[in-house]
Amino acid sequence: MTTVLVFFFILGGMALLGSVGTVASRNVVHAALSLVLALLAVAGLFILLLAEFLAIVQVLIYGGAITIILLFALMLTRTREGPVRLDNAQRRFALIGAGAAFAVLTVVIMVSDWPAPIDNPVRPGFSRISEVLFQQWAIPFEAASLVLLVALIGAIVISRPEKGERD
Amino acid sequence: MFPADLYLLMPELALAGMAIIVILADLVLKRRDLLAPLSLIGLAVPVALSIVLWLKLDSIDPHALSGFSGFFVVDYFSLFFKFLILGATALVIMASRESVTRFSRFQGEYYALIMMASGGMMLMAAATELVSIYVALELSALSTVALIALLKNSRSIEASMKFLILSAISSAVMLYGMALVFGLTGSTRLLDIADRLTSVSELIDQPALLLGVIFIITGFGFKISSVPFQMWVPDVYEGAPTPVAAYLSVASKAAGFAVIIRVFFLAFGSLTDEWALLFAVLAAVSMFIGNLVAIAQKNIKRMLGYSTIAHAGFIMVGLAAIGREGELLGPGVESILFYLVAYAATNLGAFIAVIAISSKINSELIDDYAGVARRNPFLAFALAVSLVSLMGLPPTAGFWAKLNVFNAAIETDLVWLALIGMINSVISAYFYLRVIKTMYLSPPASEERITADLPLKAALAIAVIGLLFIGIVPGFVMDVVETAVGTLA
Repeated sequence: MTTVLVFFFILGGMALLGSVGTVASRNVVHAALSLVLALLAVAGLFILLLAEFLAIVQVLIYGGAITIILLFALMLTRTREGPVRLDNAQRRFALIGAGAAFAVLTVVIMVSDWPAPIDNPVRPGFSRISEVLFQQWAIPFEAASLVLLVALIGAIVISRPEKGERD
Repeated sequence: MFPADLYLLMPELALAGMAIIVILADLVLKRRDLLAPLSLIGLAVPVALSIVLWLKLDSIDPHALSGFSGFFVVDYFSLFFKFLILGATALVIMASRESVTRFSRFQGEYYALIMMASGGMMLMAAATELVSIYVALELSALSTVALIALLKNSRSIEASMKFLILSAISSAVMLYGMALVFGLTGSTRLLDIADRLTSVSELIDQPALLLGVIFIITGFGFKISSVPFQMWVPDVYEGAPTPVAAYLSVASKAAGFAVIIRVFFLAFGSLTDEWALLFAVLAAVSMFIGNLVAIAQKNIKRMLGYSTIAHAGFIMVGLAAIGREGELLGPGVESILFYLVAYAATNLGAFIAVIAISSKINSELIDDYAGVARRNPFLAFALAVSLVSLMGLPPTAGFWAKLNVFNAAIETDLVWLALIGMINSVISAYFYLRVIKTMYLSPPASEERITADLPLKAALAIAVIGLLFIGIVPGFVMDVVETAVGTLA
C-alpha cells in the first residue's frame, strides 16, 4: 500500500508541476511541453488505478498525437520569431479566481463523506472494456464520432477562405 | 440488446444521415438553391419517424421505451422536444435563403451543421445519462461555433471565439460537477442517481453533492443563456448570421430546458429545496438584467439578445415553482413546456421579420426601422405582433405563456417571484413598443418597397399564425404539454 502511495505522490507532483508550467510559462512551446509532462503523469495515475488500457490510450493519444498536433499548429501558425506574450493584465484576477476555486473544492471534498472504496478492485480485461464501450456506452460513443465529424467540418469552414479571397 | 434498441434512435440517426447527404449533394449539385429544399426533406424524415414512435407509444403502457442500457428514452416528453426542435429548424432553414448568399461557398455546410446541431439537441432531450447528455451538448455547441463564424468578418469570428471559449469553460465546470455526483452516487444514469439519493439518506447532506449540482447548473445555464452565464449572448447575436441567432435563441433554449427538467426533476428530485431556490434567484436576476440592459440597445439583434436572457428568466420561474408535498411535476413543468412552444413561434416570428427587413435596408439599427410599415405592411405587422407576444399581451401566445408561468409561481407560494415577473413584463413593454412606434409612426428614410422571398414569407406566416393560434386557442397546446409531462415520471 505504501509503495502505491509513494508513487501516487510522485506522479501527482509531476502532474501538478506540468499543469502549473502549462499555465504559467511565458513561452508557448514550453507550455506545450509542460502539458506533455502533466498528461504522462496522469497516465501513470491511471496505472495506479489498475486502468492500464486507459493509461496506454492516454500515452498514445494525449501524450503523443495531441501534443504533436499542438506543436505543429504552433509552428505553422506562428507569425513572428521569439517568445509570444501569453498573459495579460487579467493574470492577477485569474490567479485569485483559480485560488478561490481550489480552496472551495478542497474544503468541500475534505468535509464530504465519500462512499467507502472497493476492497478488492479487479483489473478489467480488454474484452470487457470493449463490451462495455460498444454496448452499454454505445450512445455517447457514437455521438462522440458525430462530434468529431462536426469539428472537422467546422474547422474547414472556419479556415477555408470565401470565394474571392485569396487561398 | 443493442441492435434491437436501434429503432429508438431512428429520428436522430436519420437526421445525421440526411445532414451528410446534404454535404455530399453540395459537391455534386450545380444548383445551390436546391440545398434548402433538400434539407427540409431531411427534416421531414425524422419528423415522420418521430410520429411513428409517438403512435407506437400510444399502444403500450407505460408510454415510454427505454433503451441502450437505460441511457436513452423515447417518451412523449422527448418526442415533444424533437418536434419543437425540428419545427424551429425547418422555419430557420426556410428563412435562410437570402442570408446564405453571404457565404455562398459554405451553403451545404451551413444546412448540414444546423441539422447536426439539431441532432445533438434531440439527443439532449432524450438522453437519460450524464455522459450522453454531455456529448450531445458538445455536438450542438461545436456545430454552433462553426455556424456563428460563417460570416468571416471580425465581429463574426470574435463572437465565435467567445462562444467557443465560454462553452468550453462551462462544459469543464459541468463535467467537474458530474464527476462529483458520480463519485458520491456511483452512477451516471439519472434513475440510479435518484435511487441512491433516496435510499442512502446521508448522501443528501454532503456538501460535495450540492457543489456538483451547482456546477451542473453552470453548464446548462450557459445553454439557456441565464445570468450569470449570459455574457456571450449579445455579441453572438450581433456577430452571427441572423438565422443562426434565431436558431440559437429558440432551439438551444428548448433543448437546454429539456435537459434541466429531466436531470433536476428526475435525478435530483430529492434536493428540490436547494435548487428551486437557486433557480428562483437566477430567474429574478436574469429578468432584471435582460430587460434593463435591453432598454439601452440601439441594435435590434442585440436588443433581441438581451430579451432572450430576460425570457430565460421568465421560463426559470417555472423551474422554481415546485409543487409541495412531493408533487414534483406539477404546473411548473407544464408552464415551461408551454412557454417554450409559445416562445419558439414568437421569437422566430420576430427574428425572421428582422432577417427580411435588415437585409434589405442594410442596417440593424432600430432607428433605421423608421417607417417600415409603409415600405412593407406585412413584415411590419408580423414583427409588431411578435413583439406584442414577447411583451405578453393578449390575444397572443406570449400572454398565456406568462400567465401560466406566473400562475404556477403563485400556486407554489412564490408570489414575490411572480410579482418580479410582472414588473419585468412592464419594463419590457418599453423597448418592444419603441420598435413598433418607430416602424409605424416615424417617417421612412425612403419610399422604396422592402421585398422578401416566398419561403421566408411562408415561414414568417407560419410563425405568426402559430403564435396567434396559441393565443386564441391555448387549450390545444396545453393538452399536448400535459401528455408530454405525463410520461416524465
